[in-house]
Amino acid sequence: MVQPLNYLRETASQTAGLYVHIGLIPKQVGFDIFENQLGETMVTPQTKGERITIEGRVFDATGTPLCDVLLEIWQANAEGRYNHPEDNQDKPVDPDFRGWGRIGSHFDTGVYRFETIKPGVVRGRNARAMAPHINFWIVARGINIGLNTRMYFSDETEANAKDPVLNLIELKKRRQTLIADRQERDGEVVYTFDIHLQGDQETVFFDI
Amino acid sequence: MEPKGEYYQLDRLLHPPALAPNYKTDVTRSYKYALLSLQNSLSEMTGPVFGHNELGPLDNDLIRNYAKDGDPIGQRIIVHGRVLDENGRPVPNTLLEFWQANAGGRYRHEKDTYLAPIDPNFGGCGRTLTNEDGYYFFRTIKSGSYPRRNFVNNWRPADIHFSIFGPAFAQRLIAQMYFEGDPLIWSCPIVRAIPDDEAIRALIVPLDMNATVPLDCRAYKFDIVLRGRRSTMFENRLEGN
Ligand SMILES: [Fe+3]
Repeated sequence: MVQPLNYLRETASQTAGLYVHIGLIPKQVGFDIFENQLGETMVTPQTKGERITIEGRVFDATGTPLCDVLLEIWQANAEGRYNHPEDNQDKPVDPDFRGWGRIGSHFDTGVYRFETIKPGVVRGRNARAMAPHINFWIVARGINIGLNTRMYFSDETEANAKDPVLNLIELKKRRQTLIADRQERDGEVVYTFDIHLQGDQETVFFDI
Repeated sequence: MEPKGEYYQLDRLLHPPALAPNYKTDVTRSYKYALLSLQNSLSEMTGPVFGHNELGPLDNDLIRNYAKDGDPIGQRIIVHGRVLDENGRPVPNTLLEFWQANAGGRYRHEKDTYLAPIDPNFGGCGRTLTNEDGYYFFRTIKSGSYPRRNFVNNWRPADIHFSIFGPAFAQRLIAQMYFEGDPLIWSCPIVRAIPDDEAIRALIVPLDMNATVPLDCRAYKFDIVLRGRRSTMFENRLEGN
């Protein structure tokens, strides 16, 4: 016998299920139970930074978009600082930007859309700069444990080429699955970020 | 303040795999490539912070928060417990959200076509923040079980769904709790997607007579454990120079 380590064990993940909306985004299923729906609005007129829209769909192995998926994003502000007490970078917090958003895909089209700002560069491990990116967390019926991935920006070619996380992906063509394409539409900046759960274009997911 | 280090790795042998084929929806929604192993950076070690002013006074009272002309039908219960990390430290001021079916097993959701009736006085969702000791509680009615098509004749055990944050985005978790004594737990493919029986038992909550309010409502205790973190100063060059 040896001494016990006495760590507690993690609570096991379970699927968010078919009815995740009533818990996390009840307005989408038509009932107003809370005064505010958390994560609905990311940006106010006071928020600093370039306004962007991120939209896309999440596809299953058959190429069918998921109409019941829930996505959360977590990002740094325009200066590249997270609104969190443990971010010790020497950069200002933007009091008008939490950096977190939550949305469900559309029940008919499967399209999701975030209105946010483009984040700045964040310091990574060993002080290596990470290219601007947005962290994604994806849950739905049929997903037993939340999927983590990142979205990078197509107009950051140089920073992306040096990004320490993108460079960990051995199969170079799979790096493209994390890069969202920038377009201007009616004067607005729109990034398209489609996510593939399985198949030839399967998105790179992370064990973080 | 204690030094705060990286999070322990997620125990992938305890959590369900992406593909547990008896839960049929997994088949087309599970990744086939290996996950990319990523050590923590600020992107994983930070996460959204929420304040008490963002919640309403009835958000943690599912008996009252949707009541129109009376109390919801069903057994009144309190669910309470603590959110801890693997080191046994409380996780304070963290957001918990929960949702559930009504006493008949029906969700207030347009996709739920089960024939049990909607309860006009029950919404089925709530939220709260843990206190400084990681403690939380809410009041609700006991949910009912409901059929799923994973097999021809298969029923989900009575469940309550939980969403938990923790201070880091790496700790983000969705779990479900089940009630002691429910015979449907071990025949549910969603439960059995968890490969570790001890981890399943940790989702089954006991009746807690000490927290029961006499002549009013019973109580169940559900402690939740999020990933812990290192406290040594010998970091693996997270900061660098
Ligand atoms: Fe359920």
